[in-house]
Amino acid sequence: MESESQKYWSPYAAGVALGLILLLTFVLMGRGLGASGAMMRSVTWAVDTVSPAHVDSNPYFSKYAGGDKNPLSNWLVFEVIGVFFGGLLSGMLAKRMRLQVEHGPRITDKGRLVLALTGGAIMGFGARLALGCTSGQALTGGATMAVGSWVFMLTMFAAAFGVAWFFRKQWI
Amino acid sequence: MFTPLYKYGYFGLEISFVIAFIIGLLFGFVLERAGFSSSRKLAGQFYLRDNTVLKVMFTAIVVAMVGMLYLNWAEIFDITRLYLNPTYLWPQFVGGIIMGTGFVIGGYCPGTSLVASAIGKIDAMFYVLGSLLGMLIFGEVYPLFQEFTVSGAMGQVTLSDWLHLRPGLIAFFIILFALGMFWGADLLEKKFAHEEGAS
Repeated sequence: MESESQKYWSPYAAGVALGLILLLTFVLMGRGLGASGAMMRSVTWAVDTVSPAHVDSNPYFSKYAGGDKNPLSNWLVFEVIGVFFGGLLSGMLAKRMRLQVEHGPRITDKGRLVLALTGGAIMGFGARLALGCTSGQALTGGATMAVGSWVFMLTMFAAAFGVAWFFRKQWI
Repeated sequence: MFTPLYKYGYFGLEISFVIAFIIGLLFGFVLERAGFSSSRKLAGQFYLRDNTVLKVMFTAIVVAMVGMLYLNWAEIFDITRLYLNPTYLWPQFVGGIIMGTGFVIGGYCPGTSLVASAIGKIDAMFYVLGSLLGMLIFGEVYPLFQEFTVSGAMGQVTLSDWLHLRPGLIAFFIILFALGMFWGADLLEKKFAHEEGAS
């Protein structure tokens, strides 16, 4: 018999914990949290491994690599490795480890996986355009009161609420 | 003032990478505990059935913001040495729209997709693959719209610089905004719970 998984924290408790972690990052490092930047660096690293000349000739990739620059030698890359293991640790302790495809009752596993891949690609693209994602722009930029981050956060939520109806079968 | 410690030279790059890993561990742990390893919970936000995303995010923003302003006031934390995201109005406006759309379709954001992958969500693994692909495409087509990516440049500007109001006052308005949303979110959750219980 499988034992029951633990409940999630209250959103306000989790929010306070997350806020304190962000504050700790400010105080220790003078910077905030992030995620998509490290993923971009992994992509650049892969391109650099296959074709260093292509990285040197591309104005975007060459921001992160090129010459003897190692795109993975970066604070965010180590932070994101930690994020993965932190999630793993919590999932193990809460008995939430299970191989599964998650979706609402009105869509197939296959349909969900296609949408997950598509949505990921859209967000990967958008995150680079917006210079960060929910962690780097909305959370960190929001707390530091950066103008562009608040613009990003508001348009992101507005767009998500705006298109939600079209994808309702995936979730509810 | 003696913090941020790294900026004041208390430790070097290598130690900062160790700290990065530890902070990442805490970050990932809390994201998972908040329920952000579940795409249905995350996407539920946009149907107003589950407002965890809004509550966690705005509580965290308020806590970090107030803490930052307090430590600066107490002359512990030098706010001028805190990295501020530069503002590029148009790419951030459009990037926000693209990401909001992708959030509803994909069900995760980049950070939460890693946490969900870690506990075995296959849809999250597809999402991660997709986002790496999206970033590769971005890099490849970047030369075509390079000028747009730096349009509306305003530099490293805060809401307080922009509106010519004191940071404390801006913080006060953000707190009011957050409290208003929490109140509305709880009201909506009760309404949906009631409707679903009745049907």
